[in-house]
Amino acid sequence: MSLKVALFGITRDIVGTSVIELPAPAPATVGELLAEMRRQYPALGDLRSCAVAVNNEYATNDQPLHTVDEIALIPPVAGG
Amino acid sequence: MTPHLAITDQPIDIAAALAAVQTDTAGAVNSFIGTVRNQSGGRPVRRLHYESYDSMALTQLGHVVAQAYEKWPMLQEVAVVHRKGTLELGDVAVVVAVATPHRAESFAACQFIIDTLKQVVTIWKREEYEDGTEWVAAHP
Repeated sequence: MSLKVALFGITRDIVGTSVIELPAPAPATVGELLAEMRRQYPALGDLRSCAVAVNNEYATNDQPLHTVDEIALIPPVAGG
Repeated sequence: MTPHLAITDQPIDIAAALAAVQTDTAGAVNSFIGTVRNQSGGRPVRRLHYESYDSMALTQLGHVVAQAYEKWPMLQEVAVVHRKGTLELGDVAVVVAVATPHRAESFAACQFIIDTLKQVVTIWKREEYEDGTEWVAAHP
């Protein structure tokens, strides 16, 4: 199973692309995804926060991930 | 009662947002208008660049408005329009408009919506200075 992860704002700047594909074996949960992304891109660990969205909703660390999911890293938001 | 929610790369029509919440059952229309100011923490700002994850932003905005309807059952109409792209000083970045029967709830609901929007809606802001740019709130 591989995963595509959409990147916005400063996470896109850090990773250098707007979508990253994690090849199989991809992380099985949100928590594993965050750990893997921080391992590959240590600067993500310097952010005030970095959430993961699954299908347009904020996800918890134990949430499982599937190839069909729309997954995104969500750095600190700053609308308004 | 369906809220009018939008993320747009075009200038926001404030009058249209206010008109969208107009209803004969409401005696109060309250609005918040966020604009681009010329400094941030004392540092001169030249312009702002907003980026949005549109589908999630609209989903989360829908949740925020649903929470407002739960907290203020008398809430009638709601409109929220957020701009994205490059904004110059003085440009309108966001408009929140609510209509309620009486004024007290209109102030409270309007403030709740803009405050919660800033916490959960997936929009990012990059400030442009004389000597570079920075993503707002990204680092501790």
